[in-house]
Amino acid sequence: MSSDHHAHNPGFISKYVFSLDHKVIGVQYTVTSLIFLFFGFSLMMIMRWQLAYPGEAIPLVGGWLGKYLVDNNGVLLPEGYNSLGAMHGTIMVFLGVVPLAVGGFGNYVMPLQIGAPDMAFPKLNMASYWVYFAGGVTMLSSFFVPGGAANSGWTAYPPLSNIANTVGTYPFWNGQTIWLLAMVLLITSSLLGSVNFIVTIMHLRVKGLTMFRLPFFVWAQFVTSFLLLLAFPPLEAAGVLQLMDRVFDTSFFMPSGLVVSGVVQEYSGGGSPLLWQHLFWFLAHPEVYVLILPAIGIVGEIIANNTRRPLWGYKTLVYSVIFLGFMSFVVWAHHMFLTGMGTAMSTFFQTTTMIISIPSVVILTALLLSLWQASIRFTVPMLFALSFLPMFAIGGLTGLPLGLSASDIQLHDTYYVIGHFHYVVAPGTIMALLGGVYFWYPKVTGRKMSTLLGHLHFWPSFVFMNTVFFPMFMVGLAGVSRRLWDQTEYVQGIDVQGWVRMSSWGAWGLGLAQLPFIINFFFSAFAGKKVDANPWKATTLEWAAPSPPPHGNFAEVPVAYRGPYEYSVPNAKEDFHPQHIPDSQVV
Amino acid sequence: MAASAEDVRKSIKSYLLVFGALAVLTVITVAASWLKVSVALAIFIALVIASVKGSLVASVFMHLTGEKATLYWVLIISAFFFLLLVLLPVLQTWETSHLIDQVKP
Amino acid sequence: MSSELLPHTLDAHPVTGMYNGKFGVWLFLASEVMLFGALFSAYILLRTHGDFPTHKETLLNYKIGALNTFLLITSSVTMVMAWASFKLNDPGKGKLYLWITVILSCAFLFIKIKFEYMHKIHEDIIPSTSTFYGIYYCMTGLHGLHILGGVVVMLYFLTVGSGLWNKNQQQFTNRIECTGLYWHFVDLVWIFLFPVFYLL
Repeated sequence: MSSDHHAHNPGFISKYVFSLDHKVIGVQYTVTSLIFLFFGFSLMMIMRWQLAYPGEAIPLVGGWLGKYLVDNNGVLLPEGYNSLGAMHGTIMVFLGVVPLAVGGFGNYVMPLQIGAPDMAFPKLNMASYWVYFAGGVTMLSSFFVPGGAANSGWTAYPPLSNIANTVGTYPFWNGQTIWLLAMVLLITSSLLGSVNFIVTIMHLRVKGLTMFRLPFFVWAQFVTSFLLLLAFPPLEAAGVLQLMDRVFDTSFFMPSGLVVSGVVQEYSGGGSPLLWQHLFWFLAHPEVYVLILPAIGIVGEIIANNTRRPLWGYKTLVYSVIFLGFMSFVVWAHHMFLTGMGTAMSTFFQTTTMIISIPSVVILTALLLSLWQASIRFTVPMLFALSFLPMFAIGGLTGLPLGLSASDIQLHDTYYVIGHFHYVVAPGTIMALLGGVYFWYPKVTGRKMSTLLGHLHFWPSFVFMNTVFFPMFMVGLAGVSRRLWDQTEYVQGIDVQGWVRMSSWGAWGLGLAQLPFIINFFFSAFAGKKVDANPWKATTLEWAAPSPPPHGNFAEVPVAYRGPYEYSVPNAKEDFHPQHIPDSQVV
Repeated sequence: MAASAEDVRKSIKSYLLVFGALAVLTVITVAASWLKVSVALAIFIALVIASVKGSLVASVFMHLTGEKATLYWVLIISAFFFLLLVLLPVLQTWETSHLIDQVKP
Repeated sequence: MSSELLPHTLDAHPVTGMYNGKFGVWLFLASEVMLFGALFSAYILLRTHGDFPTHKETLLNYKIGALNTFLLITSSVTMVMAWASFKLNDPGKGKLYLWITVILSCAFLFIKIKFEYMHKIHEDIIPSTSTFYGIYYCMTGLHGLHILGGVVVMLYFLTVGSGLWNKNQQQFTNRIECTGLYWHFVDLVWIFLFPVFYLL
């Protein structure tokens, strides 16, 4: 069945801008979110200057940043530093990694991997991209309103976030309120997307593709969609409540008798700042797994393909991912040990946190064992996937002391925390996502990305990722708080200034290391080496479609005859058995 | 639910019955709020009545009784997380305020 | 628009027992459970936290609330009757029921705004008066927006979208069923909002 439910001769606008095709939407998501990733990263490169050389004028860009970020000499203002920090976190998480992992890879690859002609709801799919886009534009616009962008951190903890950004035409036209409005849009976009993903995976699989024949990546997307579906609404509710607090002067998060700068606040009171933290972390902990799971899925695909053997313990991996998704809803208050939680609740949450580390270790072990005695092809995507494993492990293991309340109380809000979660998300997830770009690029464009530029991208990135984030553990263990504009004002910050500078130089190096990627990404689209439909000799269904796949994806609807990773089957003609080729033709 | 015309005709009767039940229960829940009982009991009564009404709407109007296991699983998971979301924050604040009460002079 | 539809646009999937739209709406409703669930959680936390007026007689007028409850329950019945009529191939009756649903929901909104919100605001009772009124305005307001959304969708199927009935009856009936699912959920939320705010 070739599905041509799109217009027959679509014009440019309906083909590339308001397209209903999941592949175009996937590419739109990918490109937009890569731009946001780079933008969010640039904010951090500016912050790193202030940290490495406190109080010195920012070179190159200092004069361009405007009065909300820098003073007349081009030195970063403390408020500007806070703005950049809040926006870096928000942009990286909600506008960069999630849209890339779910919106980009999920949209493009998942329907192909299940043999579907499109997503179940193409119009909803388009809507989810454009709502995301609107959310992104709204978020960026907050840099230009009076007082600058939101500066209460990406967690937007009240009461600070309720009373911050109140200069100018409070209550509407300011950074924090716009942050909330943008978040509502982004959450809506994720909701639409997750509904679409779940229905597509459940309903549009081709004949023979049972749930346990699904590629691991599809499973990861499936669980991720449930996390998005059920974890995001509480943040939306919290966002609405904070919006009420800011716009209508309610006091949901304002405790009675709050004193700010020596002045008693005129609120009716009775609110609870902890309410925000509960609702926020109810989203934000599952969100961590939203960031990680698609990346693990990608790594699984790349490893199976490049080791030329089945993933070790496919079913174990699937069950672990499901269990991980489920448990991620029960651990959120380990972010709140320092709020004066009672011992019973602390014990509960640290127990669940220790439990959730088990499936994570199982997954990592299974992926590691997949490498055992394999004849590995060290392709560029494989390099990224391999680098993911140890760096993600560092991220995971350094999380354990944070999950135990006794040690967390020492480490909370220090650079150690920053080092920990960045190791999970940046050297972990982002490296995996970059690997995914190299892996599926031939499917999207019909051309391969340059291997030389790929190596020039990978090796410096790998080195600099560690240069940026490893020193943070030392800085954090020395006791430097994570939100300081100038840590050298404190005695514990002076001794570790060398590590801080190393981190900063690493960040700028990492920025430079992305240039080969940017060139490669755009240049290869029309100058890369042309390849056939299955250049990696892979088994899953997306490689059964032509490259790039036409509308409706498959020339004829494929049928799945076997599991996803039948590599190196004994007595076979070739070392891989694609899912769509009947047994009679492969043995 | 792929219902035949005959099934639909039959279910219309149950729709009207449920409508009657919902109207009566609304009256009962208002009447129950006048009872002079403790706050905890009043909350319990009101929530029980609301839950009965809610399940009538869900099972009959929304045809939940005719659905298959997939949907039940989705809803059970949502309901479970909903309970966590409601209970754990309340338990946490309760425990904290309890501890604060103990230290107060 | 469509020469060929995606699989399971009309027919139920053998495993889930639902067509695409219905499954999608149910998943959306699952997320709505979490949205309103978070707000109910906020309500409970604020109420147990202190500084939360609970002297019910003076806060809200339960008679208006009960009237509105009745209107919404009735609209739920007319909604399901509309679907049943379309299912029984009687579009005239189906449209009539749908119009009644629209009128009932507009009456709900009118009463809510005119006799409750406006009245309270006139008495200088606004969201910032206390956390009770804050969460009251917030939750009933959000619920009101859901009602408004439902009305817009119904009006769409009564006017611009009604042509689909002639092209594909089953698809049209399915869409009415999905609208109905959403509508009953909105009714269901109100069934909980009413005692929580007006009676307890």
